[in-house]
Amino acid sequence: MTKFIDLTLNGISTGAIYAAVALALVLIWRSTRIVNFAQGAMLMFTTFIASAVISSGGSYVLGFVVALASGFVLGGVVERVVVRPVENAPPLNAVILTLGLYTLLVAIAGMIWGNSPRSFPAAFSLHGYTVGGTTLLFTPNDTFIVLVVIFVAVLLALLFRRTTLGLRMRASAFAPEVARLLGVRVGRMLTLGWSLAAMVGALAGVLVAPSVFLGPNSFDPILIIGFVAAVLGGLDSPPGAVVGGLVLGLATSYVSGYEGDALVPLAALVILMLVLMLRPTGLFAATRERRV
Amino acid sequence: MLTIEDLTTDYGPIRAVDHVSLEVPEGSVTAVLGANGAGKTSLLRTICGLVRPTSGHVKVEGEDITRWAVEEIVRFGVAHVPEGRGVIAELTVHENLRLGGLWRGRDAMPLREIYDLFPRLEERADQPASRLSGGERQMLSIGRALTGRPRALLLDEPSLGLAPVLVAQIMTMVRRLADTLGLAVLLVEQNARSALSIANRGIVLNLGRVVAEQDPQKLASDERLLHAYLGF
Repeated sequence: MTKFIDLTLNGISTGAIYAAVALALVLIWRSTRIVNFAQGAMLMFTTFIASAVISSGGSYVLGFVVALASGFVLGGVVERVVVRPVENAPPLNAVILTLGLYTLLVAIAGMIWGNSPRSFPAAFSLHGYTVGGTTLLFTPNDTFIVLVVIFVAVLLALLFRRTTLGLRMRASAFAPEVARLLGVRVGRMLTLGWSLAAMVGALAGVLVAPSVFLGPNSFDPILIIGFVAAVLGGLDSPPGAVVGGLVLGLATSYVSGYEGDALVPLAALVILMLVLMLRPTGLFAATRERRV
Repeated sequence: MLTIEDLTTDYGPIRAVDHVSLEVPEGSVTAVLGANGAGKTSLLRTICGLVRPTSGHVKVEGEDITRWAVEEIVRFGVAHVPEGRGVIAELTVHENLRLGGLWRGRDAMPLREIYDLFPRLEERADQPASRLSGGERQMLSIGRALTGRPRALLLDEPSLGLAPVLVAQIMTMVRRLADTLGLAVLLVEQNARSALSIANRGIVLNLGRVVAEQDPQKLASDERLLHAYLGF
């Protein structure tokens, strides 16, 4: 029973990280209909920047803020420089470009920071809480992870639902041409969408880095699971991404706890296949009738 | 108010708009008639910047807006209600309406006034626009364009797919908007008779070219012309 509770709590914490990764993918898919394969490399890069800030004497908080800020900037730059020029080309062009960007960022990170993984500090203690004499796997740092991701998800929901900026962004995502005809500067909204997405990705990077170590390729497995979570949630539904992330977090936690770590990627792929076979539009299908 | 000078638009080798010139004064309705493929929609899309012209000019109150970006043209006061209405189905009626006036900031037309014009929209304010009927979508589309207090209104086939009673209602509404708000309305229609019934000026397009430009009563009674170009 303790083991089950442990695995559940652990699943919620990793699920929060998957949710953040899935959110980053979903925000970009929604606004530009591109699966951003560079997302893993982007969040790796911003985490390295945070690591550089911290190892040169900056506080954890400073590193955290720098990671989010550089994610915001990087997302905007990628949209302007890489995605914008192929805006009117077939979507596959942009997808291939993000793959190229992935390779490029991984190579640059290797050149600057080397290829051997380094440790990354956690915000809070990594010693589990002790309840009635037993020590749980759930740590104060896990609490931090879950709370931060909830906070960001709520903030995004408020931005989209309650502000005029969010209304403009949603309109630009759903119907770019109509939005332009209503005076919305769609280009800026798309850039902002990429910036926000990359910032959420950067957040996932600093949150997960303490448990995976930091290297040019160390986030790849998380990105694959994050992608499955996004698909499970329907790929264009932010709440779906959060739920998908939690489901994947719990599923992978149980699988690794009861069956062993080695089966985790396999489990994720099985879930992906099941979703695509049984409910291809995801659990939170937002695909309604688009135009009449 | 809205002046089109010698406007030509090509889609590759196909000439969609062929040296069209016309003038829409303030507070008036100009009806542009023509069959499918006559270049009516292309004309409107060129005016509002969605399509780049090969040559010619679009001027609003003397200002040449020909190569401006779509959103800047809209912000200069040219509202376009696209064919098929362009309602954003995922947003609520209320959100659609607000969106139209956002760029105007505090000077946007209060939604109260839109709801007074179209009471049906108020009843459905919080429903997603996907639930609206064809007539309601048309009202939403026109209402949404008005929230930005435009000077010129481009309407692309507002009667499309609507019952005759609704068509008459929409046309009366368009006339009233031109009269009360001083809008310059460019009304593109296949439904020649109802468009001409409210127009100050009628223009017939064929293969992108202006083939007739007349007083609407004369045009409406010119059976031969209407038959030749509109299939009546």
